Amino acid sequence: MALHFELVTPTRLVRSEDVHMVVVPGTEGEFGVLEGHAPVMSTVRDGTVQVYRTEGAAPETIEVRGGFAEVSATGLTILAERVED
Amino acid sequence: MTKEESNERVASLKELKGRINSVKSTQKITKAKQMVAAAKLRKAQAAAEAARPYAERLSAVMASLASKVIGRDGAPKLLAGTGKDQKHLLVVANSDKGLAGAFNSNIVRAALARASELKAQGKSVEFYLVGRKGRAPIRRAYPDNIAQMFDTTEVREPGYAEAERIVEDLTAMYEAGRFDVAHLFFSTFKSALAQVPTEQQIIPVPAVEGAEASHAAVEYEPDEEEILAELLPRYLKTQIFGALLENQASEQGASMTAMDNATRNAGELIQKLTIQYNRSRQAAITTELIEIIAGAEAL
Repeated sequence: MALHFELVTPTRLVRSEDVHMVVVPGTEGEFGVLEGHAPVMSTVRDGTVQVYRTEGAAPETIEVRGGFAEVSATGLTILAERVED
Repeated sequence: MTKEESNERVASLKELKGRINSVKSTQKITKAKQMVAAAKLRKAQAAAEAARPYAERLSAVMASLASKVIGRDGAPKLLAGTGKDQKHLLVVANSDKGLAGAFNSNIVRAALARASELKAQGKSVEFYLVGRKGRAPIRRAYPDNIAQMFDTTEVREPGYAEAERIVEDLTAMYEAGRFDVAHLFFSTFKSALAQVPTEQQIIPVPAVEGAEASHAAVEYEPDEEEILAELLPRYLKTQIFGALLENQASEQGASMTAMDNATRNAGELIQKLTIQYNRSRQAAITTELIEIIAGAEAL
């Protein structure tokens, strides 16, 4: 059970990997995405994306600035303006 | 032979030597510039490559959203247009440096051709110039139609930050009703030998082809219109950013080819001059010998 997660910025593909769960800071509240999530399209506010590689593992955090998250049958794609690292 | 004549010959030999040396140092410069361009081209291509995933995914999202919203009341102005087709803005993206063959003049020529075509149709035309090299020729042709000049001399390579600022300018002008349609001119990179001047309509955003009809019930958060309103400027930014990247790759490609030609021409010139130099040197020696022999015989 893995969720395909992609994080892209205009200048590069930051992440493309299979993970357990991702918590996305949507403009209307955070939401967690697991595999098989219903299709959603949401804008993303400036905040932290939490990536759980495996169930129960400590999340990896990525700071993103502005963008979109799209959940489709193929997985979760976050299009961010910028990634702070 | 008088003293003066022989002096002249020596001077011309010296002159030839000087010319050969100066062409040689020019060749060194063009050769260096060619190698720099080749290295920069590789970098520019890598940057264009890296920008592709974002642009592709964004267009896909755009396509699926736009197909839902278009035709509805309250579709954003950036997508639906102002309903007029009178005022045109030509956004011309050039570089700041020369030594790149016909790279800049090709873009300018395409823009000017379009401008006179629009003028002939009775539309008004304004220019938004990015980069330094397009300024002079366009100002010469349309001195009163330059809306704005965007300066890129401060940054080494125009990137996403510049694209953002350009789009801010453009949307502000659009909101203020300064233009109805905006066209973007840049050079598409095909290969180091071929760069194609390209025109693209950017505002209103043209309908993206290949939009799949909404298959699944996608939940939108917030609703479609709001997402689209956020997405459109971002889409514009990636378009401009993509054009800037293409331009950079094209500039380096054109520069590489131009400098390669220049280096080769310099090589040919050096060869010709060297032959000429050797011939005159030989001629000088021969005449000197003849003088000595003639002198000896006279004794």
